[in-house]
Amino acid sequence: MTIDWSWIGDHTDDLTTLTLSHLQAALSAVLLGLLISLPLAVVAHRIRPLRGVLLGLSNVLFTIPSIAVFVLLLPVSGLTRTTTVVGLTIYTLVVLLRNTVEGLDSVPAKTKEAAKAMGTRPLRTLLTVELPLALPVIMAGVRIATVMSISLVSVATYIGDGGLGQLFTDGFQRNFPTPVIVGVVLTLLLALVADSLLVAVQYVLTPWKRRRA
Amino acid sequence: MYELFKNLGDWLVSGEQWTGPDGIGHRLAEHLQYSLLATLVATAIALPLGLLIGHTGRGAFLAINLVSFGRALPTVGLVVLVFLASGLSMWPVYVALVALAVPSIVTNTYAGMTAVDPDVKDAARGQGMRWHQVLFQVELPLALPLIMTGLRLALIQVVATATIAAYVSFGGLGRYVFDGLAQRDLVQVLGGAVLVALVAVVLDLALSGVQRVLFRHRPA
Repeated sequence: MTIDWSWIGDHTDDLTTLTLSHLQAALSAVLLGLLISLPLAVVAHRIRPLRGVLLGLSNVLFTIPSIAVFVLLLPVSGLTRTTTVVGLTIYTLVVLLRNTVEGLDSVPAKTKEAAKAMGTRPLRTLLTVELPLALPVIMAGVRIATVMSISLVSVATYIGDGGLGQLFTDGFQRNFPTPVIVGVVLTLLLALVADSLLVAVQYVLTPWKRRRA
Repeated sequence: MYELFKNLGDWLVSGEQWTGPDGIGHRLAEHLQYSLLATLVATAIALPLGLLIGHTGRGAFLAINLVSFGRALPTVGLVVLVFLASGLSMWPVYVALVALAVPSIVTNTYAGMTAVDPDVKDAARGQGMRWHQVLFQVELPLALPLIMTGLRLALIQVVATATIAAYVSFGGLGRYVFDGLAQRDLVQVLGGAVLVALVAVVLDLALSGVQRVLFRHRPA
């Protein structure tokens, strides 16, 4: 299996477009997933009976093959970017919801009581005490969700989207390995860069973790 | 929507759908074969590796980075790549499924091993236990819950992803998803997806049952 380097040189514009479109799909899904899972996690954290239901439901969603999720969305949103993003969002929910609930659980009860004793209202406690303290665990979830989404975008190639995944279909149909190899390498690089950036973001957002070291 | 679910129900329970080489019974058996064999091979590779890394404390860097690499690896790309390299065989499917399962088993085994209290290990060594006794009689039983979590996670992922076998013209429940997709037959796609999800949930419950039995014998 040899790489046709001239093909890569001839297709740099296409590769850039596909990479950007790939990234856009993955990041939209993670952002949307965060917007949905944060309030749900707070509910699951506060109301115990709902916790099992929500986490169990998200686990079941995880077992449905991604290709089926994309296809099942077709009658609702058609052959569009929306289908890709919504499908990916469903997958991010599993990781984001579980980690956010675990993060909130990990905040010591004493800390919350102290905030309460100082007269801090529940919403304020949540925003200024609980969420910041839960941040490391939540960020771990965001990192997993991001890397997972970047890898999963390719599956949407079956419904005509899929960013770099289109290189896989192309290579498969023409029996030509170069685009497939390039697609795999670019996907891995994209995941690596995104993950490193998230580590940097976490470092900036949790200054109290640094002072201790 | 109601019509769709009614048709889905009819599809799932109709007798002819369950028999023959294209029947659900046969596809189900194929799907189970791909998933279980891949998970078994992955366990045979990943479990010793995770135990070794956790026991010796060496190669932790490998264990931690392997999992993000595994998560980032696009399975479709891997399948196509191995397919182009090896031709029409089951290799691409098994390689991709094993590659998918190994990281979560290694890291969970490693995490379980490092979570064992060092004092407990010291006490075992102080009693004159050899390294393999410490590993198999102390560390392994204590690490078991996290190891089992890793196995269950890997199995769910493998079952869901074994769908991809149909993409390179093999069987399994993915057949319904891809054939349905090609024929614009939503009921078939939905049926395939539901069956895959059911298999994953049932296998996960079975493994958690095994886990419970294993724990009953664990000395408190």
